[in-house]
Amino acid sequence: MNIAEMSTMLVWGAATAYAIALVSFTMLLARKADAGVAARQAAVVGAGAPAPGAADLDPASPTPGRAKAEGIARSTVLVGLALHAGAVVTRGIAAGRAPWANLYEFVLVGALVAVLVLVALERRRTIPFLGTAVMGIVVLFLAVAQVNFFVPADGVQPALQSYWLVIHVGVAVIATGVFTVGFVTSVLQLLRAGRARGGALASPRWGWLATTPGVGALESLAFRLNAVGFVLWSFTLVAGAIWAEHAWGRYWGWDPKEVWTFVIWVVYAGYLHARTTRGWAGARAAWLVVVAYVCVIINFTLVNLLFPGLHTYAT
Amino acid sequence: MSDVKTPEIGAAGWARWAWRQLTSMRVALLLLLALAVAAVPGSIFPQQPQDPVAVAEYVRDNPTLAPWLERLGFFDVYASPWFAAVYLLLFTSLVGCILPRMRKHARALRTPPPRTPRRLERFPAHSREETELDVATVLDRAERHLRGSGPWPTYRVTRLDDDGVAASVSAERGYLRETGNLLFHTALVGVLVCLVVGDFTHYRGQAVVVEGRGFANSRLAYDSFEAGRGFRPESLVPFRITLDRFESTFDPATLLARDFTAEVTVDEPGREERAGTIKVNHPLSVGGAKIYLMGNGYAPQIEVHDAAGELAFSGPVLFLPQDTVYSSQGVVKVPDVTSGPQIGLVGYLLPTAVEEPAGFWRSVHPLPLDPALVLSVWTGDLGLDAGLPQNVYELDEEGMTQVTEQTAAGERPRTVVVRPGQTVDLPEGLGTVTLGEELPRFVALDLRHDPTLTVILVFALAAILGLGLSLFTPRRRVWVRARHTPEGTTVVEVAALARGDDPGLEAEVDRVRLAIAGQEEER
Ligand code: HEM
Repeated sequence: MNIAEMSTMLVWGAATAYAIALVSFTMLLARKADAGVAARQAAVVGAGAPAPGAADLDPASPTPGRAKAEGIARSTVLVGLALHAGAVVTRGIAAGRAPWANLYEFVLVGALVAVLVLVALERRRTIPFLGTAVMGIVVLFLAVAQVNFFVPADGVQPALQSYWLVIHVGVAVIATGVFTVGFVTSVLQLLRAGRARGGALASPRWGWLATTPGVGALESLAFRLNAVGFVLWSFTLVAGAIWAEHAWGRYWGWDPKEVWTFVIWVVYAGYLHARTTRGWAGARAAWLVVVAYVCVIINFTLVNLLFPGLHTYAT
Repeated sequence: MSDVKTPEIGAAGWARWAWRQLTSMRVALLLLLALAVAAVPGSIFPQQPQDPVAVAEYVRDNPTLAPWLERLGFFDVYASPWFAAVYLLLFTSLVGCILPRMRKHARALRTPPPRTPRRLERFPAHSREETELDVATVLDRAERHLRGSGPWPTYRVTRLDDDGVAASVSAERGYLRETGNLLFHTALVGVLVCLVVGDFTHYRGQAVVVEGRGFANSRLAYDSFEAGRGFRPESLVPFRITLDRFESTFDPATLLARDFTAEVTVDEPGREERAGTIKVNHPLSVGGAKIYLMGNGYAPQIEVHDAAGELAFSGPVLFLPQDTVYSSQGVVKVPDVTSGPQIGLVGYLLPTAVEEPAGFWRSVHPLPLDPALVLSVWTGDLGLDAGLPQNVYELDEEGMTQVTEQTAAGERPRTVVVRPGQTVDLPEGLGTVTLGEELPRFVALDLRHDPTLTVILVFALAAILGLGLSLFTPRRRVWVRARHTPEGTTVVEVAALARGDDPGLEAEVDRVRLAIAGQEEER
């Protein structure tokens, strides 16, 4: 087995570990939700009926089997992370350069950053809903990357040989990873807010939502993540312009990739504004995060594949 | 006299209302979203400035839709009036927004922190305890801690005498947040101004240079030249560039390009002649301009002698690479023959030529390991006298006929194959063609002058700095109140308030408490 094949093996290993973590997080979530329902029923007996979702609490009392699921979840994430990091490093060695020069590698490293952000956020206490959502997305990303975007490890053409590749694309990948977790958080914020309003989201099927932190806490976490992502993205934009200036003789040329990088930047700027605009703060702002993240995904999929441009690291 | 019912006051009122609307957060937000939406079509439809060929194709393939798209500016989105309208409104709003905020912020910077609120216990981050220390000591310690020991104070602090028995310290930090925000927005205006000025004053030219030759920085020397409306010819510094050598390396396994380097000599007026290199990603700066390496290929030295044996053509001919192994296409036009029809030679330069199967030539390596020139021969009228500009890379076949031969498979174009240093007879006694021993390279250079380049970078970096400050500077107020009790002790209350969510607030209160108790946190 050569080193390139080893990288591929490690990716599958990481995906497997993450899948196990996903299942454990889900079980944890289900247990917490059950406990939450039980607690609420107790509350209903005790006092007047609380509004659905309003009395959602984080049951601190450990439930049977919970500690075990939590342990499995946390440790498999770390195992996955180790394998994942190994996959990225071996990929870099096999290609003889920074391992983020094409879509496959981009997804690989972006997913790694998302897991790192998750681990950082769960440093002190397990947040099953985040774990579930991030693990779900990461497993999906790794599988899609392997199946649809895989290219053999290789050097890059002269236009890509530059430390700006390392800086510009590297920061873009990190930003994408951070945006991924920010997106997950904003979606949960929306679901949670929807539950508070009643309707379908207040039904028992969505009981696990009760175990997430409140809307306010989710909003503030989403803001911090998206703000970090936005600064990184601004840097990506500027670094990209500097690189374009070096490589193509113009810093901005409305190449499709540049257009979408700009669009993403503007939509996130819109989100930051919306947070402080009357009538937009809260759910509407969170919807802008969803729009912005969809733009991020479009940027790495449709734009690479459909719109030809100077950014040739599409496939 | 007109009898308008609503005179000046109404118009002014309207204008004020419109201005207030335009500079409101909500309109700024809508304009931002409009900008994002307006930018998208430019990535979907081909754009005239980037790819005119694709636009022409699109117009041909969509005869009904295209004229409408054309009229609405969809083939040049970023120069269209509606795109300009969105960003000009946005930036007007931006300026209208930052000016009053700057005034307000300047005032805030000069105003001391607000008076300590009467009831501190209503703040979520709050502590209350009794101590043996006297009021002055408590407040001194609090003040020292809040100011911090850095070069400038962490908190702006004022000492207040509340009512004789109680005294307090009111402190505020986070002015940098608004400073950063204003820096960010102002820098964006700077970037836009640079874009406009750069577009107005820039120039840009393309030139092809063969190894051993040079070119002078003058409008005429360029194959194409384009400049902004404010371009002044003085900004075209008359330097000279000579291409001494061009080298390329390729991946031995995949044959994909790995590195291109052009070694040049630069002769700039008023300076010593000097050597320079131009690589992809590494432009050379000369005379306020930057020179980029955009393309390269082979320019074989070709000589043609006509039927009378006279030298009819001599010089390097550009052959444009068509693929990764540099199968390169080119044309030799020979108008000046002693007598008889003009000659056109069309064909390929193959850097490493193999004939496989017989009669079919191709290149298997981008480097000139075994080069060959494979040409077909045309005779007739090249059409150069018509006075119309001609593409040097194409033969106008209108007045020409191709020399053919009869083979077992039927009539086929006659080809001649020339190796370096060889002279080969042209068919039908037209003369001879000679390929030079060496195979010179050519480079396609792109030269660009934009005086705003440095300034725009400074603005862009300032924007990022401002953004960071604005997003991550915590903005807090801290109050400490100390009150004598009849028992001779002192009640100390600490409270903190943050703008927006601030997870570090409780910890801040704890730190102040510890500082007052004389247990400064270890750093
Ligand atoms: C060129 C378009 C604009 C962009 C890209 C942009 C971007 C941003 C960003 C990213 C932020 C959040 C970071 C920060 O707090 O500094 C922000 C905040 C802000 N922007 Fe803009 N902005 C633009 C135009 C405007 C305009 C036209 C206005 C005025 C109507 C405005 C007013 C504000 C205000 C008041 C804040 C502070 C919000 C807060 O309290 O955090 N911006 N802007």
